[in-house]
Amino acid sequence: MTPQRVHTVIKVNPISCEAYGYCAELLPELVSLDEWGYPVVDGTPVPPRLLELARRAAKECPRRAFLLEHAAER
Amino acid sequence: MSSPVLWYATRATGLVSLVLLTATTVLGILTANRASSSRWPGFALQDLHRRVSVITMGFLACHILTSVVDTYVHIGWTSIVVPFASSYKRLWVALGSVGVDLLLAVAVTSFLRNRIRARTWRAVHWLAYLSWPVALSHSFGMGTDMRERWVIGLVVACIAAVLGAGLWRITLAATRRQRALALISVGHRPEGVAVKHISA
Amino acid sequence: MPTATTTSTAATRATANTDTAHDAGTKSAERGHATLLGAWRARGNADLATHLAHHGPPPLPRRGDVTWPERFAATIEASGLTGRGGASFPSATKLKLVRSARGHATLVVNAMEGEPASAKDKVLLSVAPHLVLDGAELAASALGAIRVVVCIADDAHETAAAVGRAVAERAGTDLAPVPIEIARPPGRYVAGEESALVSWLNGGPGAPGWRPDKTKPLTIGRRGPVLVHNAETLAHAALVATYGAESFWAAGVVDAPGTSLVTVSGGVERGGVYEIPMGTTLRDIVGFARPTGEVAAVLTGGFGGSWLPAGALDTPYAPRAMAVVGGVTGAGVLVVLPRQACGIAETARVARYMAGESAGQCGPCVFGLPALAADVEALAAGKLDPGARARLESRIAAVEGRGACRHPDGVTRMVRSALSVFAADAAAHAAGHPCAFALEPSVLATGTNRS
Repeated sequence: MTPQRVHTVIKVNPISCEAYGYCAELLPELVSLDEWGYPVVDGTPVPPRLLELARRAAKECPRRAFLLEHAAER
Repeated sequence: MSSPVLWYATRATGLVSLVLLTATTVLGILTANRASSSRWPGFALQDLHRRVSVITMGFLACHILTSVVDTYVHIGWTSIVVPFASSYKRLWVALGSVGVDLLLAVAVTSFLRNRIRARTWRAVHWLAYLSWPVALSHSFGMGTDMRERWVIGLVVACIAAVLGAGLWRITLAATRRQRALALISVGHRPEGVAVKHISA
Repeated sequence: MPTATTTSTAATRATANTDTAHDAGTKSAERGHATLLGAWRARGNADLATHLAHHGPPPLPRRGDVTWPERFAATIEASGLTGRGGASFPSATKLKLVRSARGHATLVVNAMEGEPASAKDKVLLSVAPHLVLDGAELAASALGAIRVVVCIADDAHETAAAVGRAVAERAGTDLAPVPIEIARPPGRYVAGEESALVSWLNGGPGAPGWRPDKTKPLTIGRRGPVLVHNAETLAHAALVATYGAESFWAAGVVDAPGTSLVTVSGGVERGGVYEIPMGTTLRDIVGFARPTGEVAAVLTGGFGGSWLPAGALDTPYAPRAMAVVGGVTGAGVLVVLPRQACGIAETARVARYMAGESAGQCGPCVFGLPALAADVEALAAGKLDPGARARLESRIAAVEGRGACRHPDGVTRMVRSALSVFAADAAAHAAGHPCAFALEPSVLATGTNRS
């Protein structure tokens, strides 16, 4: 059986998000903040070396707005 | 079992718990106010708040243990969580029990944060604000060391810290809400298009 | 596969005051029969008796007919009907999605019409409410729904009265197998968005929800799936079911069959709601409404739509054809901008209105839209400094796609199209020479006439 690779994508729930900015502090390589303090993510898969930090960012978000979505690569 | 060591331990751990609870509260307020610096980013302050709260619980547990185990005065095991169950300094110990109940609720909900609704967690966490004045009055009421100058100084510092941070919290929250609401109109409905003709 | 490809350019008009009636071309009774407004035009009455005399009763299923829902769905699919609420989504697909969900379904008729420049649903429900209710009953029967809820804005009293009368007429007949209720959510712009509507029906605030996965149907309570359809879409579905899918292809074009209701307003003498075959050119549609002078541009789709220049007036009105030139059919709105008006100023007014209509849930929308509006207002006043144009562009990019619903996206689309269509004006304004027309009263129905 061919091993399936899972890629992880960042999704931000814009309603829950209240611009605490912890995600950008922990993951500046993937998350930047707009002029009002809200996160900008581009939807590209998270590189494996940053997965641990991405999980931490998801855990630390006070409003649980920073979410990781896993999809199997075809 | 009765020993002066237990009594000193109770008083010492009680005082340390109060100071740590003050620190926890102030850090919590700083987090809510989105305070951050280059050396202390927001997530780090939130993390610190969490860790200090755990240490607070540790010292509180010691304080409770030593006070119950010490048989010099009778404080039963039930009075840890049940207010007014102790005959010794009934009211003041009761306040301690209330404080324990509040902090237990906060601790349990925080531990189960992923499994309960966000609203529930928030509501219980607000109760945590109450635990500080409850702990403070318990300390005043129990009174053993309140006559010492340095203890008074320490307690005054704690009060100043919480009051100052609290004031900052209230003013900041109000301005934020005002600013956001001002951007959204109250909702006048335009009169729409005048329909003069209908065609098929 | 539809066989009719000719676009009908002659839409007949009926005026409310008969003394100035013009007929741009006589349609055969057969042709105008299976239209939304045909019955009212021919008989001038919206009551049940007139409706039945003109269209006959809707082909509702007989008791125990288990194959009917499948056949109805197939008919809708064959017709190629797409939503008339703004997204132009294939109606058969939507029906299929909700049919496959478990639970007691609800059919919601979306007659909120939060778009200020649109009056089509209001008119449709006033002159042909029974067509809409027919469509609702048919769709509800196909779903096995337990109820139909007609959602009308809380300040749309005439519409609510008209629908109330129609519902009362059907009570006690066999034309309402699924019970019909009328609900009155608050008439804010975003309240008509699907998830906002369902949220309100669930007792919530009536604000849009975040739907990263749109294939999961919305629900009332925990288990009742909801199918939300625009009122006009359901009226078309009733016509398709009554006259057959082929009748739908009799008007329109290959990739956009049928007719559509369009609200024409702005710099025109005869603003109003027109039923036009899809594929009619914008020039012809605007022509029916008699522009007051030369047309400079048209705002298509609605306040969250996009501007088209006069050079694009020969574009056929159909979703794909419009998209090719950067326009949008949207909620069936065409606002005509005359030469003696300032596109930038009107854009600023629309942007300011839309900013005030934010649900207030998402940061980029709450803060971004007012910032955008302020930038466009500054441009309209001729006050933009050199770096501001770049800032405006980056703000548009910063707001786009970052809300839970498509409200901010509509605004960015509209502003972008304005900067492109009114590029020359924008350059003049930015250089400190705003046109005099910026101070003219607005041709839009934003209720704000300050410049």
